[in-house]
Amino acid sequence: MSETTTADLDLAEEFMEQRTPLQRVQGVLHRYPYVSPLTVLVIAMIIFTLINPRFLLPGNLSFLTQQTVVVGTLAIAQTLIILTAGIDLSIGAIMVFGQMVMANLAVSVTASNVLPIAGQNPVIAILLGILAAVLAGAINGFLITRFNLPPFIVTLGTLSVFTAITLILFKARTIQGPEIPDLLKFLGNTIKIGDFQLMYGVILMVILFAIFAYILRYTAWGRHIYAVGDDPVAADLSGINVNRVIFSVYVVAGLIMGIASWVYIGRVGSASPNADPLINLDTITAVVIGGVSLFGGRGTLVGTLIGAFIIIVVENGLALAGLDQAFRVLAVGILVILAVAVDQWIRKVKA
Amino acid sequence: MTAAVSNVQPVLQGRGLVKAFGRVVALNGADIELYPGEVLAVVGDNGAGKSSLIKCFSGAHAPDTGEMTVNGESVVFRSTHEARTAGIETVFQTLAVAPALDISENLYLGREVRSPGIMGKVFRKLDKKLMREESARHLKELGIGTVQNITQAVETLSGGQRQAVAVARAATFGSKVIILDEPTAALGVNESARVLQLIKDLRDRGMPVVLISHNMPQVFEVADRIHVQRLGRRAAVVTPQSHTMNDVVAIMTGAMSVDESEQALGPVRRTA
Repeated sequence: MSETTTADLDLAEEFMEQRTPLQRVQGVLHRYPYVSPLTVLVIAMIIFTLINPRFLLPGNLSFLTQQTVVVGTLAIAQTLIILTAGIDLSIGAIMVFGQMVMANLAVSVTASNVLPIAGQNPVIAILLGILAAVLAGAINGFLITRFNLPPFIVTLGTLSVFTAITLILFKARTIQGPEIPDLLKFLGNTIKIGDFQLMYGVILMVILFAIFAYILRYTAWGRHIYAVGDDPVAADLSGINVNRVIFSVYVVAGLIMGIASWVYIGRVGSASPNADPLINLDTITAVVIGGVSLFGGRGTLVGTLIGAFIIIVVENGLALAGLDQAFRVLAVGILVILAVAVDQWIRKVKA
Repeated sequence: MTAAVSNVQPVLQGRGLVKAFGRVVALNGADIELYPGEVLAVVGDNGAGKSSLIKCFSGAHAPDTGEMTVNGESVVFRSTHEARTAGIETVFQTLAVAPALDISENLYLGREVRSPGIMGKVFRKLDKKLMREESARHLKELGIGTVQNITQAVETLSGGQRQAVAVARAATFGSKVIILDEPTAALGVNESARVLQLIKDLRDRGMPVVLISHNMPQVFEVADRIHVQRLGRRAAVVTPQSHTMNDVVAIMTGAMSVDESEQALGPVRRTA
């Protein structure tokens, strides 16, 4: 690191650059925040394989990727939002809303008597479903930036609001697989590579991760997301329109949630207004375990992807090890607390 | 304006600026002029309206009333971005750097350069390489060579180095005026000397500088004229030659007043 020559060294400078091994680890983690989740993932996979070799079978691995696909896609949206020091508790409600809009527009007989516009072209249905999610995201963003409300409170409120709107518009009826046109279930198709089944939705998820990782790293908008989350006052004084960045993040997050709606129908094969009520918390867990700081401005999408896999791997591995569901929940809970503790420690890094 | 205030056009001028925050009056009809090529120090007691005054010009506040001109043209700044576009760069007391971003990203924060060709136009890709090279060049030009790695996150830098990054950003992009708000407040002796040298270098390059400071010795070292702010207005403008530090403190506290004919309201520095 040091480029000082021996000639400029005085007595104290010898000690200035001296760091304990622990500080070196801290420095590396600070620069590459996804190293710690990656370590956890690799160790977990090794342990689970030793306990039960079935863990590494292609069939189980493809099951793992399919289990990750919805949480993983939604976690992209959650990452963008958390990077701005926000949070979205309504992420699952918006995903379900978008999914119900898509399914009810596409089927021939809809459950909804409020919105009797069934029998649409599946392409139109998917686009309108995604649009519904974008609008929902825009409402969150508008409330947060226009009225300066805390994202936690806004999305806690819209979690109930969007859930209720979904139930009011579409009743509590699950739309079963056979009623739904194939295009809506398209992302559930798989490509067979030996015994490994690669779902289209997984490919789409990986592409989305790549696109948004690029955007975060290589575009001005992406860098501004970090600057805004890190220190909004400084970003403002630097000439960044903070509210515009935050609003746009919620809109783009809505777009990702809309795509996740489509992925969800493919993954599950049906559309239910009661789908996955805990998925909000799962996305936050994935983001936090992935080394993204809840205080904003720090973290990467690579970390989030690893974090999403960690949740699924731990649950699946412990199940294969014959442990009760309660132990899996316990393990994920401990991981979250550890992840936040490591984040706090990394933040104290010195030059 | 008296006849003494020659016909040199001020770079910045404020007339009758008023700014109230609720019942607190920060500026109560303040005037200010900055002439080409000079270092104007703004001093005053806490609450005299120094920061509020310059924040009008840096776009952080909009004055409630009063007129501001840049090179004789009337201006209204609704954001720091607009002030920047007009060529006025400010180094705020709070520094306004993004801690998690690296040095070159901070230098270019809010005015990033995109790659040439299709990558920049369609994929909005930033030209990180160019920004890094340019940043390294600017830092070196300003004599800030202590930073080893241009891709180092700003939060890993010391207070003085962060200050250097903030000053470098202003010096790189400021085309008309650079405003420095308490640039040495958090710095040690050596680092302060470095910043003062930077101010002199900027002035030697013909860049007018507004310096807000509490530190009288520093003000007397670099300033051409000293604007003394008191109770939201300009109490007097003096020069380090015409008055002593004690005089300036006396004007700040209201113990002394200076007749307008003895003030340095016009430019004192001869510009080439």
